[in-house]
Amino acid sequence: MTTWTRRQTLAAGGAAGAAATLGLKTAAAQGAYPNRPVTIICPWGAGGGTDATARIIAAVMEKELKQPFNVVNRTGGSGVVGHSAIATAAPDGYTLGLMTVEISMMHWQGLTELKPDSYTPLALMNEDPPGVQVKGDSPYKTVKELADAIKATPHGKLKASGTGQGGIWHLALVGWLTAMGLKPDHVAWVPSNGAAPAMQDLAAGGLDIVTCSVPEARAIIEAGKARSLAVMAAERNPVFKDVPTLKEAMGIDYTTGAWRGMSGPKGLPKEIASQLTAAFKKVNESAEFREFMANRGFGVKWADADGFAKFMDEGNKAMGVAMKAAGLAKG
Amino acid sequence: MNVYVEAFALVMQKDVLLAILLSAIYGLVVGSLPGLSATMATALLVPVTFYLSPIAAVATIITASAMAIFSGDIPGALLRIPGTPASAAYTDEAYAMTRKGQPELALGIGLWFSALGGIAGTLSLMLLAPPLAEIALSFSTYEYFWLAFLGLMCATLVARSSPVKAIVSMLLGLLVACVGIENPAGTPRFTFGSTDLLGGIEPIPALVGVFAVSEVMRAMMTAEPPKLPHRRFGSILRGQLELTKKYVAPQVRGNIVGIIIGVLPGAGADMAAWVSYSMSKRFSKTPEKFGTGHPEGLIEAGASNNASLASGWVPSLLFGIPGDTITAIAIGVLYMKGLNPGPTLFTERASSMYALYIIFILANIIMIPLGIIMIRIASKVLRAPRSAIMPVIVLLCAVGSFAIGNNLFAVLTVAAFGVFGFVMERNGYPVAAMVLGIVMGTMVEQSFVTSLIKSDGSIWPFFSRPIASILAAMTIAALLWPVFASLLGWWRRSQAQASG
Repeated sequence: MTTWTRRQTLAAGGAAGAAATLGLKTAAAQGAYPNRPVTIICPWGAGGGTDATARIIAAVMEKELKQPFNVVNRTGGSGVVGHSAIATAAPDGYTLGLMTVEISMMHWQGLTELKPDSYTPLALMNEDPPGVQVKGDSPYKTVKELADAIKATPHGKLKASGTGQGGIWHLALVGWLTAMGLKPDHVAWVPSNGAAPAMQDLAAGGLDIVTCSVPEARAIIEAGKARSLAVMAAERNPVFKDVPTLKEAMGIDYTTGAWRGMSGPKGLPKEIASQLTAAFKKVNESAEFREFMANRGFGVKWADADGFAKFMDEGNKAMGVAMKAAGLAKG
Repeated sequence: MNVYVEAFALVMQKDVLLAILLSAIYGLVVGSLPGLSATMATALLVPVTFYLSPIAAVATIITASAMAIFSGDIPGALLRIPGTPASAAYTDEAYAMTRKGQPELALGIGLWFSALGGIAGTLSLMLLAPPLAEIALSFSTYEYFWLAFLGLMCATLVARSSPVKAIVSMLLGLLVACVGIENPAGTPRFTFGSTDLLGGIEPIPALVGVFAVSEVMRAMMTAEPPKLPHRRFGSILRGQLELTKKYVAPQVRGNIVGIIIGVLPGAGADMAAWVSYSMSKRFSKTPEKFGTGHPEGLIEAGASNNASLASGWVPSLLFGIPGDTITAIAIGVLYMKGLNPGPTLFTERASSMYALYIIFILANIIMIPLGIIMIRIASKVLRAPRSAIMPVIVLLCAVGSFAIGNNLFAVLTVAAFGVFGFVMERNGYPVAAMVLGIVMGTMVEQSFVTSLIKSDGSIWPFFSRPIASILAAMTIAALLWPVFASLLGWWRRSQAQASG
């Protein structure tokens, strides 16, 4: 008899406890977002530039929204795996991701179904435009001279690199050549394993041009082994004030760049999305974020949810044109 | 002189010294766990460096990576499971020494010559950074092709099995390296529509699979080998001085090869260990002893991989071009902390530069006492029953491979390669050769294809550039030597028969 009573009491107590927790949960859910830790998915490996950017954003967000923001690297499949993870997460605001420019490129190549509009864009945080780099002792002193030389040389004689086949810096070259009225492969593209090996090969005399971003080329430029002739951006880079934009130097209005922006899965509740965008704006303007980005040489860029969506849409279309021109797009 | 005093003051801060000590312990532990590599140890440190002062931040990376490369030797020697790809080249040798009852000697060699190699590499960084950097910048893809090709040929030199089986294993490795989209054409190959396969097969999960998982499978199939005689683990450093005196040439050669390979961007400690181990066998007076627990190759390879680690910082610090995957991460940290790589680091921030040198030396010195403690703790696994160790290894493999990218696919890769490695070993195909193929495959293909694109399809530059021509001559000589040697032997025998 006593046992029975005790069991009953325990059961009752348990039920009451469960009810209490449930009640608490609903109360919290109705309360302010976020009430538990938030995950930021980084589609690229730990230790890289995107990883570092994700971590600084997470660190400032933590202060802003008073909840831990954890960066999780979901790598593999050349970025496809991580980008898929962002798109397929529950749209509750507790899983966000740092997207990169590849999302507007991979679908053209038929590598994934995901496009910029498969997400809820939140904030554009960074953009790095490509530069036009030549060897330190190259005879071309200005981008105009280089462009004239390119036009004068036979098709495919000059070689350029900066990333793999169909990568962002390859398309930057394609875009620039097309803007000059040349064929997209007038300068042959030599695929490389990233910007650093390409800059090294440029200095070793194996290449004529490297179109990676200026920060990626910075150290070797400072060592006098390479020179940057122009940037494919609307404005000059504050670190390299002497390097003109393409528009200033040759009147070609062509800009592009590798960007990083925060987004969530499609269908994120409006209130949460606008709260997050507001918080990311504060992050973007914070001294901590600005100082970090300046140290790494990364360009800070800001666009809110609508601006980011528009930015991605334009970039996506431009990429499609460039990739089709270069024969990189499928279908 | 003033700069040195300033540098010392920078290093002798409480936070820097504490960072060195803690990251040393961390590096030793992570490196010794099968499935967790030195690169991963470094990558996992990045978030921590956010909160450290610039010198302390770089100190953690320098110390942890040096420790992890050494302690990758520990599971290799004790369990025949290399902790890092750099240890894979000589794992069989070190394990053979353990079975001979000399585990302390095998690990002592790893420790002592790693520390010496690390210091030699640091000296090269201090004294020769500018000329070494010039070497790095004189290597174009043509030279890299020959270098990678020479690296691949190490497969046959290192293997104790038949050379044909070693070549088959190596070619299988090359086939594995073909998977994915990260090839010169940027076209998906062998991906079968799978998103996970797009990124290709990473060397680390493959290495963990063929060595660790297949070892566990073997252990399940066979009876427990006779226990090593139960005794106190002997002195770890005893005999190292004699070995240092006895094997001066291999050690110095290992240092030099390590330094040069380290300086070349893209070729790191893994390649240094392979090349040095096979060079040691080539130049040894007693090559037949290799693979039976002979210290010579261990000395040369151990001296080489840690030397390459330090010299890998040369192109990173001067040009911001990473020498290997570890310095690739380190460059990010340098930028973040305002120690921007470039010549100004050597002039305007000279005291910080010297502080880095001092940290390198300190790290290699404390490696010895901490390494001894680590070896003593780790040696307990020799006494533990196999049924207790093997499940833990499987668990570590799964956790370690998952942790790399929070991706379950890596765990499946480990399992698949475990089965693969088991079948290969059973039939006498050396798995180390396959790992070499996977590690070097991308570099061989990338450098060959891009070279041809640059030369518009002509193979002439592979022979006409000065350094390329030397490397080509070395490769061809190494290729033809066995043919020449057997022809010579055949001719001598027929002469002897004719006269007799």
